[in-house]
Amino acid sequence: MNHGPLTATFRKQFPGGPEIGVADLRLGGGITVLFGASGAGKTTILRCLAGLERPDAGVIHFGGQCWFEAGRNFSLPARKRKTGFVPQDYALFPHLTVARNIGYGLDQMSAPERERRVTEHLSWLGLAGLAGRRPGELSGGQQQRVALARAVVRRPELLLLDEPFAALDTPARLRLRGELRTLLRQTGIPTVLVTHDRHEALALGDEVVVLHGGRNVQQGAAAGVFSRPVNLAVAEITAVETIQRGQILEIRDGLATVAVGDARLIALAGELPADALTVYVCIRAEDVILMRAEKVQSSSRNCLAATVRSLAREGPLVRVQLDCGFPLTALLTQPACQELALHEGARMNALVKAPQVHMIPFEAKQPREPGLCNGRSGC
Amino acid sequence: MNAADWQIVGFTLRMALAGLALVLPPGLALAWCLAKHHWPGKTLVETLVTLPLVLPPVVTGLVLLDFFGRHGVGGWLHRGLGVDVVFTWRAVAAAVAAMSLPLLVRAARTAFEEVDVKYEQLARTLGAGEWRIFFTITLPLARRGVLAGVLLAFARALGEFGATITVAGNIPGRTTTLPVAIYEAVQADEDGHAWTLAAVAAVIAFVAVYLSEQLSRRHK
Repeated sequence: MNHGPLTATFRKQFPGGPEIGVADLRLGGGITVLFGASGAGKTTILRCLAGLERPDAGVIHFGGQCWFEAGRNFSLPARKRKTGFVPQDYALFPHLTVARNIGYGLDQMSAPERERRVTEHLSWLGLAGLAGRRPGELSGGQQQRVALARAVVRRPELLLLDEPFAALDTPARLRLRGELRTLLRQTGIPTVLVTHDRHEALALGDEVVVLHGGRNVQQGAAAGVFSRPVNLAVAEITAVETIQRGQILEIRDGLATVAVGDARLIALAGELPADALTVYVCIRAEDVILMRAEKVQSSSRNCLAATVRSLAREGPLVRVQLDCGFPLTALLTQPACQELALHEGARMNALVKAPQVHMIPFEAKQPREPGLCNGRSGC
Repeated sequence: MNAADWQIVGFTLRMALAGLALVLPPGLALAWCLAKHHWPGKTLVETLVTLPLVLPPVVTGLVLLDFFGRHGVGGWLHRGLGVDVVFTWRAVAAAVAAMSLPLLVRAARTAFEEVDVKYEQLARTLGAGEWRIFFTITLPLARRGVLAGVLLAFARALGEFGATITVAGNIPGRTTTLPVAIYEAVQADEDGHAWTLAAVAAVIAFVAVYLSEQLSRRHK
């Protein structure tokens, strides 16, 4: 893990609200995604980093500079933190033109220098013809880019983006996702991005921090966090399609045999505690392969006889609910479904490779600190 | 309308403007403090500012009379700068200022409150200080509501009677304002004259209030 410029441990509670906080959060360069369901405290954490909220306790350090220290009753004001903040609805100044919005933070510069920087950013973001427009006359995607330009033009040391796609409709969201990643890469500025969308987190994040019940519960490379959740809560938040309870039957040569429903699964024993008996078995829908029932020879350790229970289209994909002794979800492309002639009641073989069966030790109670429950799902 | 009447109209307008100039800086500052910050004693200050709106104007005049009198600030001004306030045009300006302050503060306060704090917060992350934020974000975004309040305060200043006559008296050509002149005309049984002046007052007040309404409607 890259232990970079930002280290933070703090908590914040609004009257009547849940306690929000992070413990030993360390962020490096690149794009870090704060991921969690709505109400998990993502925005509050971002606002604490920006200096717009004052934590009740804790410390925030950035690049050798103290931003907040409750013990000394010290909080560096937002205007001195050198962050670029892009809120959910962008908060573009409605009475100022695009050019003046972007140039707002450059008032210390001479007018020609400011103009040069603004023009540079306008053309970088493809906004050249829009300098004289008001925010109200822009499309959602254009507004997003103006907000990004306004934040980046001051060359901040940390970029903070709150749900950058929340204000956009789905087509624009998909189109701009790749664009934003490219733009953020080009700036080279360490970025913290908040989202509740797993696809966004995977597409944009180098590293993901999962928030649950107002706490950071897992951090790591984006793909790793989503395929290997550390506990049930993270598995649920990251929307692992199949989560089933299973019993470890034996562990041999690093491979575990698990009974799930009527089926037997082989999984990598990995970091599973030696005394673990009951586990949660997590399988991502995209990791499930379907084959016609007669073809059975494959390298996959897990080949399960399955009956198709239902099919649901999701854009170019089809979500297939299977019964293979336990409910299993698979995600297939449309053409694959057609070639297999899938229909309800069809009998298939479901293949899952052993490394893609992820196990979480079962604990009667998930580790959760008292007082954190905010009444939402998972509590 | 004779020359003296026009003098009175001109004088009244000038005094209303002078009163506005006097209350605008502290009025906007106070409205901003009330709208954007929480501090102890806030309710007390709010009440004190609103008081001239509901007290008999004569009472406000009385307070000003005492304040600017020989034993108050007025005495200090007289000794130090040789400036007299009571029974001069300055007293008229002070009276209309005190009477229009509540209207200005209340309107501006509401207008400032309606400016979404997210813009001010974002400006802060862009390195802006509080003065810059006020003049480039808060005030421009609240301009309609503030202007509506200014016009309302101006209209109130034109019609001010009780406080003015108490602290500035009725010295023809020096402290006589339109309402005072109307009262005088009525007392002297010059009904025609009184009605003429009343019509002028009504027209000016109508225009100011009409504009104020227009602004606050578009503001909403």
